[in-house]
Amino acid sequence: MIFADAFAWLVDPVNWSGGKSIPVRIGVHLLYCLGAVLGAALIAVPLGLYVGHTGRGGVVLVGGSNALRALPTLGLVTFLYLVAGGGTTGVLIGLVVLAVPPILAGAYAGVQDVDRGVVDAARGMGMTGAQRLWQVEVPNALPLLVGGLRNATLQVVATASVAAYVGIETLGRPLLDGLRVLDYGQFVGGAILIALLAVVLDVVLAGVGRLVVPAGLRLSAVTPSAQVGAARSSRAQPRRRGEPAPAESGGSTA
Amino acid sequence: MIEFRDVTKRFDDGTTAVNGLDLVVEAGTITVFVGPSGCGKTTSLRMVNRMVDPTSGTVLVDGRDVLGVDPPALRRGIGYVIQQAGLFPHRTVLDNVATVPLLTGWTRRKARQRAAELLELVGLPAELGRRYPVQLSGGQQQRVGVARALAADPPVLLMDEPFSAVDPVVREGLQDELLRLQAELDKTIVFVTHDIDEAIRIGDKVAVMRTGGVLAQYAPPAELLTRPADDFVAGFVGKDRGYRSLSFVDSAGVEVARAPTVAEGAERGSSSDWRLVVDADDRPRGWVAPDSTVVPGGSLYEVGASLRGALDAALSSPSGLGVAVDADGRVAGVVTARQVLDVIESRRG
Amino acid sequence: MGDIGKYLGDAGTRAALLDMLLDHVYLSLVPLAVSVVLAIVLGLLCHRFRRVNATLIGLSNVVYTVPSLALFAIIPAVIGTQVLDPLNVIIALTVYTTALLVRPVAEALAAVPAHVTAAATAMGFRPLRRFLTVELPLSVPVLAAGVRVGSVSNISLVSVGALIGTGGLGTLFTDGFRQRYLAPIIVGIVLTLVLALVVDLLLVLLRDRLTPWTRAGERL
Repeated sequence: MIFADAFAWLVDPVNWSGGKSIPVRIGVHLLYCLGAVLGAALIAVPLGLYVGHTGRGGVVLVGGSNALRALPTLGLVTFLYLVAGGGTTGVLIGLVVLAVPPILAGAYAGVQDVDRGVVDAARGMGMTGAQRLWQVEVPNALPLLVGGLRNATLQVVATASVAAYVGIETLGRPLLDGLRVLDYGQFVGGAILIALLAVVLDVVLAGVGRLVVPAGLRLSAVTPSAQVGAARSSRAQPRRRGEPAPAESGGSTA
Repeated sequence: MIEFRDVTKRFDDGTTAVNGLDLVVEAGTITVFVGPSGCGKTTSLRMVNRMVDPTSGTVLVDGRDVLGVDPPALRRGIGYVIQQAGLFPHRTVLDNVATVPLLTGWTRRKARQRAAELLELVGLPAELGRRYPVQLSGGQQQRVGVARALAADPPVLLMDEPFSAVDPVVREGLQDELLRLQAELDKTIVFVTHDIDEAIRIGDKVAVMRTGGVLAQYAPPAELLTRPADDFVAGFVGKDRGYRSLSFVDSAGVEVARAPTVAEGAERGSSSDWRLVVDADDRPRGWVAPDSTVVPGGSLYEVGASLRGALDAALSSPSGLGVAVDADGRVAGVVTARQVLDVIESRRG
Repeated sequence: MGDIGKYLGDAGTRAALLDMLLDHVYLSLVPLAVSVVLAIVLGLLCHRFRRVNATLIGLSNVVYTVPSLALFAIIPAVIGTQVLDPLNVIIALTVYTTALLVRPVAEALAAVPAHVTAAATAMGFRPLRRFLTVELPLSVPVLAAGVRVGSVSNISLVSVGALIGTGGLGTLFTDGFRQRYLAPIIVGIVLTLVLALVVDLLLVLLRDRLTPWTRAGERL
């Protein structure tokens, strides 16, 4: 019943044209998400790599990142809106704060989890700190790093709907409007669009992960120590190595 | 040449890993550091390429204090092999081996060409170069680790328990391979192991260390077996050290007698004596017992090999006659345990 | 700051805050408790049956892409509750937290060394008893890590429910925003953080009580 209403709303041509149409809102939604994930990555990736590489400050990093997770995004967004007198900056900062912990966890755990023997060998062969970081630790950290970016993206896409509350035309708009006028078709339709957007972005990022993760690591996800033929022919992954376990990097989805 | 001069290493938590180590590793030899865990053998090794710096004392490589050399530069001139190999999982085997040449500024083409040569040197087929480490067996990974350490042709090679993670049969093959390589390359090798048999098998000299980082004895393996410095060393080398020390004594002087043979497939007839079955090329195939049943033979030894081999051949043979063979595996004759023991007795006098 | 003092000075406000705080605790911790139990059962199924494993892990990844606001909306359509029923929030958060916990539980169970379970079996443990007394306790450190993330994210997520009228402390954000009044928003953020911190501390204490062996080595 509600789903039929939602479908009707989704295909209604009225909703596909004009300044507040679905495509415009998808665009705005994407723009904020992109900005937030990029901003968070600029902060969290260097920090995570640095702490993972030097091994210093791990405890502070984990504690700080957990505290960030506890910050309620809606509170942050409304607070910054009132302080800054407008929505854009507040929403962006709120979403960046949301995206930093999973990316940080991915980058830090990625470097931290590189086999100690491999790092020891790199040092023993005469690599400088920078060479070790870029030639050994970063390539091996990529699966978890990309996983962190995927988690962050999922959360940001889901949470950007909150931005509609402070007047930004994201896909959260139909949710809130639908709720206010008790038009459940619009409400559920908006929800479906956000979920679809999240799935599409996740698939895109999974593809990117496949491209950037070195082949030797993808193979190791299949068979820890196996015959070449078997490892080559089967690309199936028993476990999605591209992602940190949610326990390490999950978080709020609003 | 590598020299430790009164080297001590104390860690921040107060444990002393190495205590006043004085030791010289001669150029072109394999020196093995052996001892129980916590004896400081690995720490000692890692002080050579500055993976660890000493608390006091000096480590010299070719007369130069290592503390005066920038660590990365020092390490590029010293090969380093570790347990589990530590291969880079994200690089192909060939690129793993090419790592140090590339670090020192070789062109990619030249480095890969060198890497291919090295794979051949350590006995790996060239097509393995395109694979990733995860696609290799443990023994193959270890060979790649050795090839990678040799890539820039360093005069010194540090090996930290390189073979302890592979099964015993593969380990023995890798040890033989190392001895063959060393005969060809003449490197200065420091080798750490907790396995005294491995130490005795491959070492030109063996440093036995005890818990707390004190050197208990530094001697060639034969001396370690026959004249252990104290009870600790005697206990560490094991209960059958007398027997094992025969490995280092050649069997010249043990006269072989003509073997009673019978051709494989021929009419056996009957006899009250044991007879050795030989094939068309005169290689031993087993024994025919006095009751005409055929029994598998014991171990073989090559004429002139160690007394241990000769004695074992006699002890393991069903007939009590140890079979000696020539370099081509043809029967050279037989010996009894009594003969071998007589030779041992006469050498003692 | 003076604003906050004035805001908190009112006894009626303080009573309302306490109500919202208790509401918040209820809305965030009930789903946490329910999903720990669910995740252990599902994780055990994943661990025992390969096919269940693939299905559930895949499903939990999908669940995680659905925004909570959307889930709050879809649940009434599926189970027929009222749109503004707090039960929607509880069910939605239970679904999320379970999705979050299933994989770590399954992986923790798989990580129990085979020789330990073999020894337990050889000593005559029946499967259920072995699970409850050997495998489950050994999985507690990993499970605890998941539960800590789940509690922090639940506590921050409940606020979003304010947008559909059941948000615990989140109501402070919507009220403050409507009145252009910062004090309740700041109080709401601080209370949420403190609540998250206190619950996290309690969870750490509980974990340490349950796993004395993990710290036994440190005293040596």
